[in-house]
Amino acid sequence: MATVQQLNVNGRVYSTEAKAESSLLFVLRDHLDLTGSKYGCGEGQCGACTVLIDGKSRRSCITRLGDVAQRHITTIEGLATGDRLHPVQQAFLDEGAMQCAYCTSGMIMTAVSLLNTKLDLSAAEIARSMEGNICRCGTQPRIVLAIQRAAKALHESKP
Amino acid sequence: MSKELNLDHSLEPERYELTAPPTYHFDVDRRDFFKFLGAGVLVVCVLKDARAFQESGADTALGKSLPKEIGAWLHIRENGSITVYTGKVEMGQNIRTSLTQAVAEELHVPMSAIDMVMGDTKLTPYDRGTFGSRTTPEMNLQLRKVAAAARETLIGLAAAQWQVDRKRLIASDSRITDSESKRTIEYAALVKDKQLAETLSVDGPLIPPAQWTVAGQPLPKVNGRDFVTGKHRYPSDQKLPDMLYGKVLRPASFGATLSSLDTHEAEKIPGVVVVHDGNFVGVAAPSGEIASRALAAIRAEWKSQPQISNQDLFEYLKQKPTEETEPLDSPFRYETGSVDKALVSADHRLQKTYTANYIAHCPLEPRAALAQWLGDDLTVWTGTQRPFGVRTELAAAFHMPEERVRVLMPDTGSGYGGKHTGETAIEAARLARSAKRPVKIMWTREEEFTWAYFRPAAVIDITGAMSKDGRISSWEFHNYNSGAAGIPTFYDIENQRIEFHPAHSPLRQGSYRALAATANHFARESFMDELAHLAKIDPLEFRVKNLRNDRLRTVFETGAKKFGWGQAKSNTGQGFGMGGGFEKGGNVATFAEIAFDRKSGDVKVVRLVTAFECGAIINPDGLRNQLEGANIMALGGTLFEAIEFENGQILNGRFSDYRLPRFSDVPVIETEMIDRKDIPSAGAGESSLVAVAPAIANAIFDASGVRLRSLPLVPDGLRVG
Repeated sequence: MATVQQLNVNGRVYSTEAKAESSLLFVLRDHLDLTGSKYGCGEGQCGACTVLIDGKSRRSCITRLGDVAQRHITTIEGLATGDRLHPVQQAFLDEGAMQCAYCTSGMIMTAVSLLNTKLDLSAAEIARSMEGNICRCGTQPRIVLAIQRAAKALHESKP
Repeated sequence: MSKELNLDHSLEPERYELTAPPTYHFDVDRRDFFKFLGAGVLVVCVLKDARAFQESGADTALGKSLPKEIGAWLHIRENGSITVYTGKVEMGQNIRTSLTQAVAEELHVPMSAIDMVMGDTKLTPYDRGTFGSRTTPEMNLQLRKVAAAARETLIGLAAAQWQVDRKRLIASDSRITDSESKRTIEYAALVKDKQLAETLSVDGPLIPPAQWTVAGQPLPKVNGRDFVTGKHRYPSDQKLPDMLYGKVLRPASFGATLSSLDTHEAEKIPGVVVVHDGNFVGVAAPSGEIASRALAAIRAEWKSQPQISNQDLFEYLKQKPTEETEPLDSPFRYETGSVDKALVSADHRLQKTYTANYIAHCPLEPRAALAQWLGDDLTVWTGTQRPFGVRTELAAAFHMPEERVRVLMPDTGSGYGGKHTGETAIEAARLARSAKRPVKIMWTREEEFTWAYFRPAAVIDITGAMSKDGRISSWEFHNYNSGAAGIPTFYDIENQRIEFHPAHSPLRQGSYRALAATANHFARESFMDELAHLAKIDPLEFRVKNLRNDRLRTVFETGAKKFGWGQAKSNTGQGFGMGGGFEKGGNVATFAEIAFDRKSGDVKVVRLVTAFECGAIINPDGLRNQLEGANIMALGGTLFEAIEFENGQILNGRFSDYRLPRFSDVPVIETEMIDRKDIPSAGAGESSLVAVAPAIANAIFDASGVRLRSLPLVPDGLRVG
């Protein structure tokens, strides 16, 4: 059975012996002890497990490890630069866009991916792009505000 | 049988709030206490009911042992940092923040100086559980008192040290200052080398809400940074060296019994431990993947019983009363005046039936537990709203004294009333005992949908009568199965008969945020709308006409004003509706605007306006977050959530089959919070939910002329004509 020997996560190379058909989420959580990505449904329906593959959001629970072995994987743990939070993380804090916060890492990763493509977004566009992420506590309005706030911060920090 | 209705009854815990008898195991010598905590000042809050015991007993505050009936305690360390111990737990309602605010306010210390130890059965005082919106009215007040007593103790220490009148001394910024000499000393210096324990048995002076500077402020989640960085470890993220991953074999249907079992293939897999104990079959393995493979390798046959499906649910509930009937003195079965006589002599009579389906809590973090045995001592980390209740369950399951069981609850991924029980804790502990290694169990979403429990389904019959001018004279209300929370009517009606009829539920059911108050408010407030139309009176005017409660009238009128009630419709598909009520100390009125597309059958909620009042507000941002969240959560059960089942199996137990509210479902949400600093603070997590369903149902009627009387209202849209 094919195994994956190395994995590039958050700019660091990890040695693994996980099987190529393993779910990326469980390798991250159980093998690499990166538990910031969450299990919510196991079928790509809730977005709690979202990570970035080369900067684009992907549901890690339904991603085969073998498909991303050569790629750059970013999890919530790798988003901040030292003590400096990513503008999206900061915006979620500033807007109080969480209750139990179990969905938060997936929301943030999906939002980062969205803002990597475009900064000029209406509230309706943001809502459409976040449709695949569930917040059962009902903080969606705050999440939209947080993403708008982050977009503004990213826009202003552009040279 | 004739009784007056007392609205306070709705504050009682409901039968579906699964409870455990209080068991106290805190009996520590004062010196042991300081050995454990380190030196400093300790303030203990004794529960009111225990005061008589304490006052009559020989033990005094500085006596040999601390009283057993303790609500909370607070410790000021020698470095000036403060640790507060409470049995309440955090699952997203942000009480870690609001409780910290209460302590910071009374003790005059920064929020960052306070560490809150919550829901650990070894370290925190006994607590029945975190439910029923009781944290704010009870624990917040207790902690304010504890912190105020600590402040007074510190002032006393400074007064003794300086030999001055304590009235001259002021506490602020973590220090005591003499207002005359301007001499000042930090808390840390005051408590150095002290081992002082104060027992709070009289109410100390509390800072009135109007003078709050920390409490009452919209402060962010205290440990928010840990959540946006992924650092926080939820119960399902817990790990121990050498830990195994557990999986449990599930019966083919509810109530099925094992008729044959072959575990040979599973046992052949290296590292796998198979446990078979009665109807319990489970595996533990070095990884989750191996555990899943081992589980799949087990051959089992089950003997199942035929069971009803959701198609027959409501008829079944009315035909299957339990042997248990409400006692005559039950607050949930009462009669006042003469209902039947008033009905006969009324100008208008109306009789309608409303129903509500089972729905699932769907906490985004499914149940999880990590169990570790050290000799005969068991420690379990798990997501539960009742750590002490789970300790009792574990002790019973393993026939051991509770003293040998420790349950810890790391801040969990929500509960909504769905995490009262300890299934995963018991499963993980059973596997760990045989494997002789720590074992973690994490339920899959399908397991969470199937083997937890549901919000009870409801059948509600209402008969009402009124005069030509819209004064309600007779009210008869019967709830089958779903519960008695929110069952009393708050309208001013002379003749009432109200009763809750427990039934044999085909599915396992239990607590759910707001309990039966959602179904009871849906039925009552829909019926009020039907009566208003029958009397040809505006629904707001009709309610106010029949209402004597000022706080409720205020939220109805405040909400109506913000919503613009009475405005003309701007297009044909538009509909407006309202609902309101009183639950768990909170008063709420919700106004809904919906858009109905007659061609496609689509119903879209466009706008929800909620006016809310629950006494003095402790954290306006936390409250607003709860109100918005409750509105959105309620949308699901109102519009499309329903459990489908047949022959003891759940047919839609996954997110791809069970629709939850998503971003596109979220309407414009406006909240108007009324801050009544003259009224003690009540909780808000539940009451804010109850008026959404009737407001939307009434708005759909307004738009379409179709009266929908079953929750969910429009799982497949609405077809007319």
